[in-house]
Order: sequence, then C-alpha cells, then structure tokens
Amino acid sequence: MIGLSHYLIVSAIIFSIGLVGVLRRRNLLMLFFATEVMLNAVNIAFAAISHYYNDLTGQMFAFFIVAIAASEVAVGLGLLIILFKKYGSLDLDDLANMKG
Amino acid sequence: MENLVYIALFAPFVGSLFAAFFGMSPRAIFVGVIASALLFVSFVASAILAYHVYTTGGVVHVTMMDWINAGDLNIPFGFVVDQISVTMMTVVTLVSTIVHIYSIGYMSHDKSFNRFFSYLSAFVFSMMVLVMSDNFAGLFIGWEGVGVCSWLLVGFWYHKPDQKREDNPSISPSWAANEAFIMNRIADLGMLIGIFIIYWNTGSLQYDEVFAQLPYLSETVLTTAALALFIGAMGKSAQFPLHTWLTDAMEGPTPVSALIHAATMVTAGVFLVIRANPLFSMTPEVSFFIAALGTFVAFFAASMALVNRDLKRIIAFSTLSQLGYMFAAVGLGAYWIALFHLAAHAFFKALLFLGAGNVMHAMDDELDLFKMGGLRKAMKWTYAYMGIASLALAGIPLFAGFFSKDAIIETAFNEGTYVLWAILVITAGMTAFYSFRQVFLTFHGDHRYKELGIHPHDMYGYVLIAMSPLAVLAVIAGFGMGYFEAFITKLLPAYEMSHHTHELILYLTAIVLVFAVGGILLAYKKYANGLKRDEKCENSFIYRLLANQYYIPQLYEEIITKPYAMLSEIFWKDVDLKIVDATVDGIAKFFYNSGDSVRGMQTGNLSNYLNWMAVGSVVLLVIATISAMLS
Repeated sequence: MIGLSHYLIVSAIIFSIGLVGVLRRRNLLMLFFATEVMLNAVNIAFAAISHYYNDLTGQMFAFFIVAIAASEVAVGLGLLIILFKKYGSLDLDDLANMKG
Repeated sequence: MENLVYIALFAPFVGSLFAAFFGMSPRAIFVGVIASALLFVSFVASAILAYHVYTTGGVVHVTMMDWINAGDLNIPFGFVVDQISVTMMTVVTLVSTIVHIYSIGYMSHDKSFNRFFSYLSAFVFSMMVLVMSDNFAGLFIGWEGVGVCSWLLVGFWYHKPDQKREDNPSISPSWAANEAFIMNRIADLGMLIGIFIIYWNTGSLQYDEVFAQLPYLSETVLTTAALALFIGAMGKSAQFPLHTWLTDAMEGPTPVSALIHAATMVTAGVFLVIRANPLFSMTPEVSFFIAALGTFVAFFAASMALVNRDLKRIIAFSTLSQLGYMFAAVGLGAYWIALFHLAAHAFFKALLFLGAGNVMHAMDDELDLFKMGGLRKAMKWTYAYMGIASLALAGIPLFAGFFSKDAIIETAFNEGTYVLWAILVITAGMTAFYSFRQVFLTFHGDHRYKELGIHPHDMYGYVLIAMSPLAVLAVIAGFGMGYFEAFITKLLPAYEMSHHTHELILYLTAIVLVFAVGGILLAYKKYANGLKRDEKCENSFIYRLLANQYYIPQLYEEIITKPYAMLSEIFWKDVDLKIVDATVDGIAKFFYNSGDSVRGMQTGNLSNYLNWMAVGSVVLLVIATISAMLS
C-alpha cells in the first residue's frame, strides 16, 4: 500500500533534485526548470498531506501554486528572451557584471 | 510704570540689534548716534522710575512671562524696580549713555565702529537684566551676559599679535579677553553652587521667597551659600586672588574700560552682596571675611598702582582698590554706604577713564606716563576733568569721593576693627599719591612727548561736552548723601554710627584728610616739576616687586598654567590618543576589516549567490531545529 510517507519521500527527492539544479546549473533557463521542479515537489507534498487529513485547503493551495508558477514562467521567460537578445547568452558566468 | 520698566530694559537691546544689522558694513556714524539715543531713552525711563520710587516709595514688580516651569521649579522672567535696582539702573544707563556718545568720537577711526556699538549696547542690556531681575536665575543670566560682552569687548582688537610679558604685561587683547573669561568661569562655578544650595534648601530662587525662608535654615547652609555666592562676586569684582584679569582687561578700547571695567560690570559683585544682604547679615563670619579681604585688596591694589607707568593700568588698580573699599563696607554691614560709594565711584572713575582715553587719543595710543608730561596746555578740558576725578578719587572734601570713602573708613572705625581702619586710612593716602602722580606726570612738568614727535590736541568738542555730566556729578554727588540714605534705607538696613564715633568724627576725618593731602603733596613734590628718575629706587626690591604686580601673574603661569598645560598634553597624548581614540578607531577598523574580508562573496554571479542563500537557509534551519529541540 502506498502511504503518506512514500509521497513525502518522492516529494523530498524531487525537491532535492530541484535544489541541486538551482545550485549547480549555470544556464538561466535550466535554473528556471529547477525552480519549477522544486515548486511541484512542494505541490506533491501539499496534495498528499491534504488527502491524508481530508482537508481540501492543501489541494487548493497546490492549485494556486500551479497558477502562480504558470504566470511566473510567462513573465520569467519573457525576461529571459530580452536578456538573451541583449547579451546573446544565458550563461550566468557570462552575466556576472556586479562584482564587488 | 510697567511700560517704563520694559523701555528701560529693552531700549539698549534694540540698539544692540540695530547696530548688529550693520555689523559687517562700513563705519556709519548714525549707528552710534541711534545706539546712544536709545541708551538715553533707557536713562530717561530709569530716571522716571527712580523718581517714582523716590516719591511713592513703591516697588514696581513685573513678570514678563514664565521661563522655566518644571515640576516644583518655577522661574519667571520677572523684573523688580526697587530702591537698589533703580539706583543701579540710573547709574548704569547714565554712564553708558555718556560712554556711548564718547565712543562715537573715540572709535571714529576704527573700521569695526558698528560692531563696537552692538557689543556695547548688548553689554548694557545684560547689565540691566542683572540688576533688575527678581530672582537669582535672571541675575545669573545677566551675570554671564556681561561676562560675554566683556570678553567680546576686551578682545575687540583681536588681530593684535601676542607680545612677551616683559613688553606688554597683558600679552595681547585676545589673551587678556580669554584670561578675563576663564577667571570669571572659575568664580561662576562658586556662584552656581551658591544658587544650587539656595534652591535646594528653600525651593525657590525668587529673592523675596528666599529671604523669607532664611531664618529657618541652619547656620552651615547659610555660611556655605554666602561663601559660594561671594566667590562668584570675587571673580566679577576681581578680588584677590582672581584679580589679575582686571588690569589685563585694559587691552580693550578705553570706553570699554570706563564702562565695564570701572563703572558697572566690576561692581556687580558688590551689587550681588548688597542684593543678598539678608543672607550676608546672617553670616557674620563670611561678612567679616569679606571686609578683611576687601581691605586687603584696597591696600594691595593701591600699592601696585604706586609705581606703575601705564596710564590705564594705574586707573585699573585704583578701581580694584575702590572695589576693596566697597567690599569692606558691605562686609561691615554698611550696605547703603557701599552702594553710595559704588555710584559715586562710577561717576568719577568713568570720568577718569574717559580722560585717559582723551590722553591716549592725543598721544597716539601711548600709555607710558614717563613719555608724557606737560600736556596741560594742549588739553585744558581733559586736564580739568581728570583733575576733578582725581580729587574725587583722593577724597578731597566737597568732591563725591570724600563723602563716600570717608563714610566707609568711619564704618571701619565704628565697628571697632581698628586694623582695617588703619589700613584703609593708609590706603587713602596711597590713593591720593598715585592719582596725583598720574595727573602730574601726564599734565605737568617737562614736555617729554616731544621726543616722540607727537602733537597732542584735545578731543572733539561734543565728546568733551558729553563728559561734563560726569564731572558735575563727581563734584556734587556727595551732597546727595543724606537724601540717598533716606531713600535707600527703606530697603537696605540703616547703618548708625555709635555715639562714640560721632564725637570723634572730626578727628577721624582730619586724619584721613592729612593722609590724602599728604599723598597729593608728596606727588607734587616728586613729579610736578618734571620727571627725575631715581635709578636706585627703581632697582630696589620693593619697587620691582610692585611694578611686577608681586610677580603674581608669573606665579600663576608657573604653578597653574604651565602644569595645567603639561597635564593636558599628557591627557591628550596618552589618554585621549591612546585610549579613547584607539577604542573608537578599533571598532571602526574591525568593521572595516570584516567587511573587506567578506567582500569576496560578492562575485556578481547569480549562481554563487544562490549557493550562499542555500547555505544560509540550511544554517537557519539548523538553528531553528536546535532551538525547537532545546525548548
């Protein structure tokens, strides 16, 4: 039987994958994907816990996150395109111009 | 009447502000004229008030506004016009008016003419606050105000460079101004402590409330308060050992010397003791100390005046000496006699100083008596004025000084303090000698100034006319003594000579007169027919001791100024630089260095920042977990 802990473990694994992506990848687009992965890891946890407690609030929250993540991607990708047009690259090592 | 009080008080203030508006602009005669006119307005208002108080015997008491209202402390800006303050107001405004008019002539070539009038009127305003205030706090404000104005005016020619003490005992105007200010600060500490003691024990600073409570206070409190207040008076009135500033203050322009350092400000100490007479009459030990110190200063200052060669310094020493007389009188309980001498002294001493100013004007600012002589022909009016003032100072009958000074000497006899009496009599002889030594050296004898190529001429006519009221008062003021006694003893305790003294009064007067006339004759014999310098006498120990002011300025420099400067240097280099500054700099350096060392974090690379963010989150998470587990 698949219980709550399985869901949470999956969620944690996906979250860690996302985190490692955020920390290790150099491409901004990849960073974006990584954050999306992390968000959806949280969504899994929300949905699982919501079901476990028979409380719909968590699932509603997950929907909100999906909606907000979608709009965030829309804005974020727009910015990325402008950035790419301006610098011709999305590599973070090339974009470092605020060195103190 | 209330309006007159405000007019008398604020007319000088308006004059000062008006002159201040033109402070930076070039010399304008109308500034001086308007300041003088406002002073005259103030004098007229004071005179009307004096007449009012004289005829009705009523006291005008006004409260302008609340000043400090905190808890139990309630100090209003209140002014009282009673017999004491109205006497001071009239004297101060009269002398100030004359000095203002005089200054129009005397300062006419000075480029800071307007600034001078601003300061001078501000001084009069402060002095009016001092004498009119109905509480100790207001008195203290005025007290400090006159101190500041004195500082500004002594150092008026601040651009003059420092000289060696051998060449000029005052070193420089700015040095003398600072000396005067610092000496007064020392004394003002005593004054402040006195005011604190009074407030602490009576819960009020209003004169009438304080004096009403005095009988309920313990003797220790009264003695400490009286002594502390007197220390303040000692500073302002330049009593030993705080006397050195007064002669050095002669570096200021001569009208300033006449107004501030002879007629008005320096008498503030005497005024304070007179004002607080209920306190001082309850503390006989302090009063006797005041009398003894006053007598000592009278003699001490007169002795230094005997050999001095500087025209203004001699008059300054004589001011010191006369202040000593006043303190002797207040110490012996003859408050009204002291106030009378204060007024009479203000007239003839201001006249003497203004005369000295005329001489300086004629002699191109030369002050050495040994370089003058025979000025009588060239300066008839000044000669007459200074002659009258010196006669009054020497205490020759019919002149003002005779009545007031003689009364003080009789008081000393009447109190049975024969030692004080003897010293005061001898001092009277010395006073006559040095005043006339100065007159004869300046106006009689050979024309020594010719070697310097100076062509002396008398002062402008209007200045000489302006001086005449002082000359008239120096002659006739003594005749008002009876009226003054009847007027002032409504407020001040009357002082009755004993029957015994009354019987002997003719002899006593005769003894004083013998000394005074003897002094004049000696001066005439020695100096009237030209200057014969006596090398042996001038090199004798006593002469050099007196000429160097008993070496007291040098002594102060050696035992106070220099060790203090050394101590300051130690504190500066070892304590301030090595401890205080090092601590502050150390804190700054720590943050600077720590900032410098973590600067490497800011690579500009978003990925690195995200890594740091993750590290931070982990750290916070760990801390939160640990604290949750601990609690």
